Amino acid sequence: MTALLEIRGARRRFATPEGGHIAALDGVDLDVGGNEFVTLLGPSGCGKTTLLRAISGFEQLDGGSVRLDGADLGALPPFRRPLNTVFQSYALFGHMTVARNVGYALEVRGVDRATYEREVGQALEKVGLSGMGARKPSQLSGGQRQRVALARAIVAKPRLLLLDEPLSALDRNLRQQMQLELKDLQHRLGIAFVFVTHDQEEALTMSDRVVLMRAGRIEQQGSPRDIYRRPRSRFVAEFIGETNLFSITVERIEGGLAVGRTAQGLALWLPAAGLRPGQSAVAALRPADFTLEDGDIAGQVSRSVYLGSDLHLFVRPNAGGPEIRVTARDRAGAPEVGTPVSLGYDPAAAHVLEEA
Amino acid sequence: MAAPRERIVLAVLLAPATLILGVFFLLPLLIVALFSVLMPGLYGGVEWAFYHWNYGRIFGWADGLMEIFEPIYLQILLRSLGFATLTVLLCLILCYPVAFWMSRLPERWRLLFLFLVTLPFFSSLIVRLYAWLLILRPSGLLNQGLLALGVVDAPLDILYTPAAVVLGMVYIMVPFMFLPLFAAVDNLDRSLVEASFDLGATRAQTFRKVILPQTLPGIVAGSVIVFIPSVGNFIVPDILGGAKGLMMGNLIEQQFLSARNWPFGSALAMVVMSVVLMVLLTMVARSRRVRG
Ligand SMILES: Nc1ncnc2c1ncn2[C@@H]1O[C@H](COP(=O)(O)OP(=O)(O)OP(=O)(O)O)[C@@H](O)[C@H]1O
Ligand SMILES: [Mg+2]
Repeated sequence: MTALLEIRGARRRFATPEGGHIAALDGVDLDVGGNEFVTLLGPSGCGKTTLLRAISGFEQLDGGSVRLDGADLGALPPFRRPLNTVFQSYALFGHMTVARNVGYALEVRGVDRATYEREVGQALEKVGLSGMGARKPSQLSGGQRQRVALARAIVAKPRLLLLDEPLSALDRNLRQQMQLELKDLQHRLGIAFVFVTHDQEEALTMSDRVVLMRAGRIEQQGSPRDIYRRPRSRFVAEFIGETNLFSITVERIEGGLAVGRTAQGLALWLPAAGLRPGQSAVAALRPADFTLEDGDIAGQVSRSVYLGSDLHLFVRPNAGGPEIRVTARDRAGAPEVGTPVSLGYDPAAAHVLEEA
Repeated sequence: MAAPRERIVLAVLLAPATLILGVFFLLPLLIVALFSVLMPGLYGGVEWAFYHWNYGRIFGWADGLMEIFEPIYLQILLRSLGFATLTVLLCLILCYPVAFWMSRLPERWRLLFLFLVTLPFFSSLIVRLYAWLLILRPSGLLNQGLLALGVVDAPLDILYTPAAVVLGMVYIMVPFMFLPLFAAVDNLDRSLVEASFDLGATRAQTFRKVILPQTLPGIVAGSVIVFIPSVGNFIVPDILGGAKGLMMGNLIEQQFLSARNWPFGSALAMVVMSVVLMVLLTMVARSRRVRG
């Protein structure tokens, strides 16, 4: 089965005011399946918006191709492309009512009155705005405007919906609620979403697949768990969630495990797969991978950050080297600053980066 | 309700503007309104007696002895309104595309062009209109150019025609149209245009359903600012229009300065003002409806 959206070798360069060039897209290959929720994630300026605009047709590619259902979109102007966008600023038409905003895609296609009324009503209902059709966008709250933008983009039943940071203007609670609703909506509509965010938590919560971009390239893509548990590089490991990275030299292999040692002499057990004695590598362990007792990394709690149900502890290893970040439940008897601890972990949880 | 102190502050702050408007706008307006129903004095000035024939001369109930009804006044009024409308439309057609083009220029170019648009204000209107006289007359620059290029065989008679009047009016009014229009176009949110395309609207649909309504306040403002002085303008017809180009402004000017019939001039002025007000109110009401 071929993918709904196929992007091959997408390139786009911009001239900078300083006289140089910047490659906003530097050879991007991406496939999106017909019912997939794909998130483009990455630091500011890595090319997420540019990629989205290349799909919607507002940005011309210097090279490469964008295909939808096997048909090349390259020559089609934006208004001929069978996909819709939810804009970051919502871009609602202030001079039209909510209902007319939502019905715009049908209005310009000239559908008959009855269909128009029915589809607009259904779209408003899907986003929970029934009965607000007669209002003006200026009479709505931020969250409601967001929903209007969403209803407007789905009313014509596109196969693919593009969303550029649609939740960034909302407060945290509303954002979390909308995350769930969006995911739910995508499921019910059975269409593909390409969702841009630079919030890694948002990406992990919502996506079937996370595509992490860096400087115009795709650094890594995979399921949220994959990206979180098996980052390919230091960049990915540090961008997605908190992580502890250890630069080690492999000392010996014992059974299925390897023993590595940091420059400070801290010993770590790792899965041996692919490692040879004498090799240097970078190992990643997430803060939640550690237990505070019965381990073999002796250290002392140096700082403690309260996060609500969890505590974030910074443990200074006795052997030296950078502090290790550890998540602990916040309950009676949780270690205070200065308490000696011995950190334990399951060696299978340790992940060796492909690329240092 | 504002506290007494705040009200005093407000009164003090508003006093100068109120005073100036009262003395230099409202009072003269009242005088004109009053004069328009008084009897003309024999040697200018007014006689203090109620006299509705001033309006009768314009609208058709004159007594036929002292005052005679002449349809020419209504014709001149209609012509003035027509010329003003034409001026507004031509200014719009000229300025709208330029405003879009300019709003896309980089900042410093935009400032330069804005400055160029206001450049005419730095020299006298009369001088600029006489320059047009020199350009348009049979032996003028325009005809010399056209003859040299072989476009025409004989000089065109443009000067002292309605076309010359409209040309002159458009010329002096363009900056007044351009500035509010540019402000509106420059403020247009580009993402709205993109959203319209994204939702499948063609360029024409996007223009009609999004760009036009979104820039309508600028269009209305520019049209109003151009329309009002155009209806009453008498300098352009004076210099470029000759005798055939008589407009409402000239007529009123003549009543006050040559015919020395102040009441009739006042009545004409009141008619012009009422008509302009009615036109404006309908325009504003209609644009409200379009914007919903
Ligand atoms: N029209 C343009 N002209 C010049 N440079 C541009 C233009 N659009 C984008 N760029 C540059 O291309 C790069 C990628 O921009 P893009 O908007 O795709 O980033 P992004 O990943 O969406 O970032 P953010 O998370 O901040 O929205 C940036 O360095 C940006 O400065
Ligand atoms: Mg962006």
